Amino acid sequence: MAQSTTAAARLPRTRLNLSAYGERIAGFTILAAVAAWLAINFIDNPQQFMTASVIGISNGALYALIALGYSLVYGIIELINFAHGDLFMLGTLLSATVVAAAFNLFNEPVGMGALGWLVFAGTLVLAAAFCASINVTIEFLAYRRLRHAPKLAPLITAVGMSFILQFIGLKWNGSGQKDQPSVLPQGSIDLGGVQIDTNFFVVLAVVIPVLVLMTWIVTKTRAGKAMRATAQDPDAARLMGVNVNRIISFTFAMGGALAGIAGLMYEQVVTTTRYDLGLQLGLIAFTAAVLGGIGSLPGAVLGGVLIGLIQGLNEGVKYGAGQRWTQSVVFSILILMLVFRPAGLLGKATREKV
Amino acid sequence: MTMLDVSGISVYYGNIAAVKDLSLQVNQGEIVTLIGSNGAGKSTTLRTISGLLKPRSGHIVFDGRKIEGIPAHDIVRLGLAQSPEGRRIFPRMSVAENLDLGAYLRNDKAGIAEDQERMLELFPRLRERIAQKAGTLSGGEQQMLAVARALMARPKLLLLDEPSMGLAPVLVDVIFATIKRIRETGTTVLVVEQNARAALSVADRAYVLESGSIKLSGPARELRNDPEIAKAYLGG
Repeated sequence: MAQSTTAAARLPRTRLNLSAYGERIAGFTILAAVAAWLAINFIDNPQQFMTASVIGISNGALYALIALGYSLVYGIIELINFAHGDLFMLGTLLSATVVAAAFNLFNEPVGMGALGWLVFAGTLVLAAAFCASINVTIEFLAYRRLRHAPKLAPLITAVGMSFILQFIGLKWNGSGQKDQPSVLPQGSIDLGGVQIDTNFFVVLAVVIPVLVLMTWIVTKTRAGKAMRATAQDPDAARLMGVNVNRIISFTFAMGGALAGIAGLMYEQVVTTTRYDLGLQLGLIAFTAAVLGGIGSLPGAVLGGVLIGLIQGLNEGVKYGAGQRWTQSVVFSILILMLVFRPAGLLGKATREKV
Repeated sequence: MTMLDVSGISVYYGNIAAVKDLSLQVNQGEIVTLIGSNGAGKSTTLRTISGLLKPRSGHIVFDGRKIEGIPAHDIVRLGLAQSPEGRRIFPRMSVAENLDLGAYLRNDKAGIAEDQERMLELFPRLRERIAQKAGTLSGGEQQMLAVARALMARPKLLLLDEPSMGLAPVLVDVIFATIKRIRETGTTVLVVEQNARAALSVADRAYVLESGSIKLSGPARELRNDPEIAKAYLGG
């Protein structure tokens, strides 16, 4: 009897939830403001708007590749791999080095054409393999030992790994820029007043097949099924006969390969890189992964493209805040996102793991 | 013929012994149950047999091979599958994908398709839900899926951990009737249960676990009529 009275006393908690209501209004107001801003810029100068969008999507496609590496690893072992951005940086350095060496070997000036495409394709494979091996090695040497340690241990190890990779980059190329002419066709085409860089098509021609291939691996293959099973319940996966360590290595290899491919693309499009590039782009890509919902692969792609678009528009349209404000704008959006939708755009509400 | 021979295993969590000097045997074709109250060490025993935990001492021989110390994913290959406590189905994968994962180590596509069909006959509810995400199934359906998933490995020995947990009495009967049918198809079963009444009604032999050690063992029929067991585990 006494028990039932306490239960009843605890029950009536249905007060009007004003704060949730206010939050919704605030959310819609912000969305409306963003939509108005987009509309004004579009009406003001549609060509400029579209040009900025194309640049944004092109950058966003690369952010998406890097963001996938964060989300793949987070999805399977719930670790933010802070070294991932620096892995990407090593990918750019390797790409620049290999492209230069290849043309040196053929005794030709770096340029486009058949040789350029051949070198590009070869470097793509090399950079993917290079970053995949580094990522697998990092997991094997460091993160695997800490799998049952408190969450903070692998996290701080990842930060340490980030510094180690940066230091390798510093030793490799010094503290200056590494400039490397591109083998990609330069110039742009004009589509009804919209300037589209030819690089844009190369980026899409690489990134889209890579994403399709990755989706196929994750959803259709035996290894992909094992990956998803491990992400959802590692012990249950073991009981199915899944070698969880091998699957985690495979996941790191995939994330690394994507970082390597992004490294080559970035190096070829931007034509310069530096040892601390990973810090900057890594943070942006990580933001993209969180924006899309960390652990969600479609989310990482969506987040990457969105951040690229935000950046492109912010820097390329009349009423944009300009390049120096890009990072502030990106992180403001991230913070708003976390306030209104903590799980990210396509993320699942975080559940407690038992 | 002894299919599983567990002799004198002790399992520790840190410095605390969860299982002490435990021995049990399962013969081919039997249904054996391990009953005991909450925290007696039942799940620990099963998790040790399937390789998720390593015993500090003692031996486990399955089908003539020593398996203590072999990783869990390799033990499955030897023909020992487990449906774990709490079902542990993959919630964000479809029922079909869950069944596929049960057959993860098999390569015979035709055989896998055939077995999936058999599972859907055994559990018709799963057929209706085949494309649904497993996390959206009811508790009973999830339990059926967990059992079906383990059977997809075509195990010689099936370990079931608390298959009745959280199920309505009607469903408990269904699950245990299914366990009998599973044995008829030639699979040996070791089932861990808190629901001693249901377990003893289908099992050939039973072990009673208390504080990490076997307290009593014998034919299930005898244990069912044992006044001490009745008092401690059958609620009267």
